[in-house]
Amino acid sequence: MKLTLRLRREKKVNRSVPVDLLVFAFLACVGAFMGVPFVFMVSTALKPLDEMFLFPPTFIVRTPTLDNFYDLFLIFANSWVPLSRYLFNTFFVSFLGTAGHVILASMAAYPLAKLKIPGRNVLFTLVVLSLMFASQVTSIPNYLTVSWLGLLNTYWALIFPAFATSLGLFLMKQFMEQIPDSLLEAAKIDGANEYRIFWQIVMPIVRPAWLTLIIFSFKGLWGTGSGSQGASYIYSEQLKTMDYAFSQILSGGFVRSGPMAAAALIMMTVPIAIFIFTQSNVIQTMSTSGMKD
Amino acid sequence: MAASPARRKPHGKLAELARNVKQHRQGYMLLAPYFILFFIFTAFPVVMAFGLSFTYYNVLETPKWIGWENYATLFIKDEVFLIALKNTLLFALITGPISYIACFLLAWLINELSPKIRAVVTLLFYAPSISGNVYLIWQVGFSGDSFGYVNAFLIKWGFILEPIQWLQDPRYMLIIIMIVQLWLSLGTAFLAFIAGLQSMDTTLIEAGAIDGVRNRWQELWYITLPSMRPQLLFGAVMQITSSFAVADVATSMVGFPSPQYAAHTIVTHLNDFGTIRFEMGYACAIATILFVIMLGSNLVIQWLLRKVGE
Repeated sequence: MKLTLRLRREKKVNRSVPVDLLVFAFLACVGAFMGVPFVFMVSTALKPLDEMFLFPPTFIVRTPTLDNFYDLFLIFANSWVPLSRYLFNTFFVSFLGTAGHVILASMAAYPLAKLKIPGRNVLFTLVVLSLMFASQVTSIPNYLTVSWLGLLNTYWALIFPAFATSLGLFLMKQFMEQIPDSLLEAAKIDGANEYRIFWQIVMPIVRPAWLTLIIFSFKGLWGTGSGSQGASYIYSEQLKTMDYAFSQILSGGFVRSGPMAAAALIMMTVPIAIFIFTQSNVIQTMSTSGMKD
Repeated sequence: MAASPARRKPHGKLAELARNVKQHRQGYMLLAPYFILFFIFTAFPVVMAFGLSFTYYNVLETPKWIGWENYATLFIKDEVFLIALKNTLLFALITGPISYIACFLLAWLINELSPKIRAVVTLLFYAPSISGNVYLIWQVGFSGDSFGYVNAFLIKWGFILEPIQWLQDPRYMLIIIMIVQLWLSLGTAFLAFIAGLQSMDTTLIEAGAIDGVRNRWQELWYITLPSMRPQLLFGAVMQITSSFAVADVATSMVGFPSPQYAAHTIVTHLNDFGTIRFEMGYACAIATILFVIMLGSNLVIQWLLRKVGE
């Protein structure tokens, strides 16, 4: 309520109607550029085979059918490993990786943000620096490390590295810095130790931040295995994730665009659904995500 | 810290540090699990990549020290690397700034919408970057036969007579990958900008209006941009890193290796030597160069952004 009022008043200052209209037109164009591929994908996923070969091709499906989804499951039924296994692998890796990352990153963020412990600046600088290199830089030594630790071809090869992603610690630390010191001191006077303060006071307060982390982490893990990294860590078919299985089977040339669109549609629903449910928390968290000057 | 000066005097600085560490041992216990994994999977690999880049290492035999040879080969003998370097810089110079500015501009414009519409538009713009390998749909649109949508459209309206092999012709490949990359690029930075704008102090804008800010562009330059500096810095890091690391999109859109290496990037080159040819030393040299380029450009951008509004 308060927000709408504020926006309306704000709008009157320095705003002209013609430019407003231009802005809306521009946003509509960009929106079309962003949205059309999705419409196209849904439409392709629902197209029967004969409509794929129409010329000129139609953009919107005329007689929608679920054949492509059926075909997709048929392809999986003929593969070595049942679909449910890929599904389980993806959920297992995404769930455990996300949970571990959120817990470990929060645990590490609390002392960095709120306790004046020696070395905290060095550690935080290292994390910020590591935000700057793409994971590909470390992918090769990472492969060697994973193999030395004997983790190759286990779920842990995907899960453990996900625990220590830098973005998570960074966001949690920035968010936790806003917690008033007096609150923590009061708890300390009442006799709570650091573990207890962390679990019972800090974690409930930073709920928006860890909901945000769940999105980022889950999104990253949900898509793992399609890149070269996942493919080289996990080579046994039984342990592979959905995304990898999809891209492998579809690149094999067995099927055309229909089942591919169906597969992409299935894969995207989960991260988007999570985002919709947590959107307001994400916005709240990201507003503190700035680096300090 | 709270110790009395009389007690602190006989001890040195080191003893004080030790005491401080001991006092915070619970804090260190909380830190430990994350940082142990962080050092194993992030910090140590970077150091190791740097070390291995001076060796010949094929995974089976122990690494052999060869000094600067890998780097010399990269820049003098390896023509494909130079193509990859050129393509990567093109990506970074074109998609990097465009996506960064687009992230901010769109976030800024969306901020004027009413909350409900804003939520829908945010989702629409953010969806491509969150929904995995959905960009494969572009492959269908640009497919090389006349059933590809772009071809069919152009033929129907008489622009071309024969279908164009969009994804196989070196002339078009890079541009198409750039378009797809831009489509995907409204990610974390975009969210950070939206959030930053929403939590901005609105009294600043009113005060500006009284002080003679006349239109929204002045407002943007004199008030909004300076107060968004932390988010701008964070966004720059995210966008730079992703625009230098283009590989997955290129590989799945045009294949690997791409025809005439027209869409070859540093990261695909790295994957080539690392995961296919198993020349780890050489691949690590490539990784080191990528790291140096990224760190360098991040420092330059951060230095530039610190000047905004000063």
